[in-house]
Amino acid sequence: MADGVAPTSGLVDRHIAFVEALRGAGLPVSLSEGLDAVEAWRALDWADRAAIRAGYAATLVKRPAQRPTFDALFDLYFPHLVGEGLPTLDPDTEDPAAGRATNPARDNAEAIAAFRDRLAAGLEAELRTDGGGTPASEADPADGAPSAALERLAAEAVGRFGAMPGRQPGQTAYSAYQTLRRLAPGELADRLAAGLLGDADSAAMDPAARLVAERRAARGIGRFTRLVEDDARRRIAERKSPAYVAEVAVRPSIDRVAFTAARRDDLEEMRRQIGPLARRLATRLAKQRSAQGRGPLDFRRTVRTSMSTGGVPITTRHRPKRPHRTDLVVLCDVSGSVAHFAQFTLLLTYALREHFGRMRAFTFVDRTTEVTSVLRPGRDPVEVMEELAASIQHAALVGRTSYGSALRTFRQEYGDALGPASSLLVLGDARSNYSDLALDDLRAMTHGIRAAWWLNPEHPRNWDTGDSAASRYGAVVPMVECRNLAQLEEFVQKVL
Amino acid sequence: MTWFSSPDDVTGRLAGAGYLADVATATTAFLAGRLEKPLLIEGPAGVGKTELAKAVARSTGAELVRLQCYEGLDEARALYEWNYSKQLLRIQAARGENGPTQGWDATHDDIFTEEFLLTRPLLTAIRREQPTVLLIDEVDKTDVEVEGLLLEVLSDFQVTIPELGTVAATRRPFVVLTSNAARELSEALKRRCLYLHLDYPDAEREREIVTAQVPELDDAVARRLVETVVRLRELELKKAPSIAESIDWARTLVALEVRELDQAAITATLGAVLKHATDQDRAVRELKLRG
Repeated sequence: MADGVAPTSGLVDRHIAFVEALRGAGLPVSLSEGLDAVEAWRALDWADRAAIRAGYAATLVKRPAQRPTFDALFDLYFPHLVGEGLPTLDPDTEDPAAGRATNPARDNAEAIAAFRDRLAAGLEAELRTDGGGTPASEADPADGAPSAALERLAAEAVGRFGAMPGRQPGQTAYSAYQTLRRLAPGELADRLAAGLLGDADSAAMDPAARLVAERRAARGIGRFTRLVEDDARRRIAERKSPAYVAEVAVRPSIDRVAFTAARRDDLEEMRRQIGPLARRLATRLAKQRSAQGRGPLDFRRTVRTSMSTGGVPITTRHRPKRPHRTDLVVLCDVSGSVAHFAQFTLLLTYALREHFGRMRAFTFVDRTTEVTSVLRPGRDPVEVMEELAASIQHAALVGRTSYGSALRTFRQEYGDALGPASSLLVLGDARSNYSDLALDDLRAMTHGIRAAWWLNPEHPRNWDTGDSAASRYGAVVPMVECRNLAQLEEFVQKVL
Repeated sequence: MTWFSSPDDVTGRLAGAGYLADVATATTAFLAGRLEKPLLIEGPAGVGKTELAKAVARSTGAELVRLQCYEGLDEARALYEWNYSKQLLRIQAARGENGPTQGWDATHDDIFTEEFLLTRPLLTAIRREQPTVLLIDEVDKTDVEVEGLLLEVLSDFQVTIPELGTVAATRRPFVVLTSNAARELSEALKRRCLYLHLDYPDAEREREIVTAQVPELDDAVARRLVETVVRLRELELKKAPSIAESIDWARTLVALEVRELDQAAITATLGAVLKHATDQDRAVRELKLRG
C-alpha cells in the first residue's frame, strides 16, 4: 500500500496506529479511506502540520461531531511540540523530567499569580482578535483553532504547575486536573469579562452587554481548559504511548456523551446540536412519508401531459397524498435528578413541534402541568426554556418526584389528550422515591392509543436499583435506554 | 490535467478569483484535484460552499456544470433522458403514406442514437472533453435513490446507457457536492468523497472577505460590522447570519451611505442580517440596541 514510502520512515506505522486509534474511538474509518489518507499525505508537504491535519481530516472524518475526537487523537499521534517545546518558552527553563521541585521560583504562589496575570492578558487578546468566532458546536477545524500563543501558555501551565514528580527518579507525570485546580482559570471570568467590556461600548455597564462578555469569557476559559487537557495528554503520551492515552483519556464525541455526565460546555454544545437534529429528523420523516408510494392517479392531468407525446401516456400524474398526522403526547419528568435529560428532551420536543402540528407536552415532578402553550412554534428558544424552568417550579408541590401522583393527576385532568390516534412518550428515570407507582393509571392511559414509549436516561444496569421502578413500568410501557444524543436520534427515527 | 500544484497554489488562484480560502479549504481542494476524488462540503447555509466550486471553475478556466438537487430529482433529470416526442415523430415519419417504409429494426436503431439523447448535468460533465467542474448542489435534498446513482457515477466516472453502451469520462471532472446536512448522507457516498466542513470564518478573514466583496465599505465600518455579526452568531438564534448576509449588510450600508455603524444604524438595518422577527427582537435585547 505504501510503495514509495521507505518502510523505515516509521510514518506508515504511525499512520496505521493512528487509524487504529480512530477506530478505537468509534470513528468508522474504512480501509479505502485509510488508503486515501496515505495518498493524501504523499501529495502534501509533510512539514506543514496544518496541511497534514487538513488532509487527514478530509479523508478520514466525515461527520463534524467526530472532529473533536479526531483532533485530540491527531495531537496525540502527531504532537505539535515535544517536551517543553521551544526553548524560549520560559526563561527559567530546566529539565522538566526533574519535576517542579528543583526551582522554587518557577512554581510558587507568586509564580501562579504572575502566570494568571499573563493568562488573563493572553485570553483577552485571544478573544478580542477572533471574537470567540465559531460557536463551539460546529466543531471548527484547524482555522478557528486557538492561537499558537494560547497553546504555548497552556503548555507552559502544564509544565510548570501540573507536574507530579514520579516515584522513580527522572519520572514525571503531568496532570491537567492539578494544573487547573492550582491555576483556577474559572476565577478569571469576571476579570476577563470586565476587560472585554472595557473598550466595547458606552453601554459597558449595561447588563445585556455584560452577559455577552461573560459568555465570551467563559468560552475563552473553556478553550484554555481544553488546551491544558490536550497538553497533559500529549505529555503523557510522550512517556507512555499514544495508544495508551487514546484509550484512557480521549473523550467520546459529543453525541455519545451521556446527558447525566455532561460538563457545562458539553451541555451548551449539545443544545446547539438539538436544532439541527430536529430538522434532520423532520426532513427524514417527511421524506419517508412521501416515499411510501404515490397518491392515486390523476387522470385528467395524465391525459393532458400525454398530448405532448402524441396521446401516449408516458408519464403518469398523481394526486398528492394526504399527509399523515403524528399526534404526540409527551410526559416529561423535570425533577432534579433528570434535569439535564429533561432539558434535552424538552428542547427536542420543542424543535419537533416546529415541524409537527399536533403535539401536547406535559411536565411533572409530583403533579402534571401542561406546557404545550409554552412550546408555541416560532418562539425564541431561550425564552421558552426560561419559561419552562419557571413553570417547573410551580409544578412541584412537595418537590419530590412521585410518578404515581403525576400519572394520577394526568389521568384526571388531561385524560382527554390521549385518543386512538395519539402516541404517548414518557421521559424519566422511573425513580419514584418509593412512593405508589400507580401502575393501573399508566395501564389505563396506554389503553386504546396508537403507541407508548418510555425513554430512560439511565444505563440499563442501573435500572431497578434503589428506588428505580424501571422494569415494573417497563412491563406496561416499552422502555428504551436514551443516554445521549445518538440514542435519542436513533429512537426518534425508529419510532415516530 | 493537474488542477492545482500545491495548497498554496490553490490559495493564490482562488484569491485571484475572489475567494479567500483558509488552510483546510485550500488543502482539501488541492487534494480533490490531485486524488481526483469528489469533494463533499458540508456546513451552515451561506458560508461559501457553492461559491468554492464556482471559484475553482473561474480560477482554472474550467466550465461549471451544475446539478441542483431537489426532492423528487430522478435519473431523467440528473443523468439523461430519451427525447420521447422526437422519437415518436421519427417513428411516425418512418410510417409513410402506404404502410411502413422502414423495418422496425432500422427504426429501433435510429431512435436510440445521440440525436434523441437529452444529456443532463451528470452525463454532460462526464462527456465533456474540456476541463469541467461538476457542482452537485444541496445533495441532501435528494432522495436516497439518487445517492445510489451518484455512487455509480462518482466512483467510476462512467454511465451505462442500456441502448448505447457505457460512456466513460475522457477527462475526470472536478466534482464538488454541497450539503446543509438536512439529512445524514449515506456512509457509502461519504466514503467515496473527501470531506470538508466549512464553517463561519474567523473575524479577521471575514473582514477580508467583506472588504474584498464590497470595496467601497469604510474600513472602520467593516470592522464594526464583522464584530457585530460575530456577536450575533453567539446568540442563540434561529438563523445565525452567514457570510452572504454580512456581505448583504455591507452593501446595504454602502447604499445607505452609512459612515458610522452606531447603535441606531445597526437597529435600522438589522433586517439585512436577521430574517426572523424573534431573532431581531433577541438581538435588540441582547445587544442592547434600541429596545
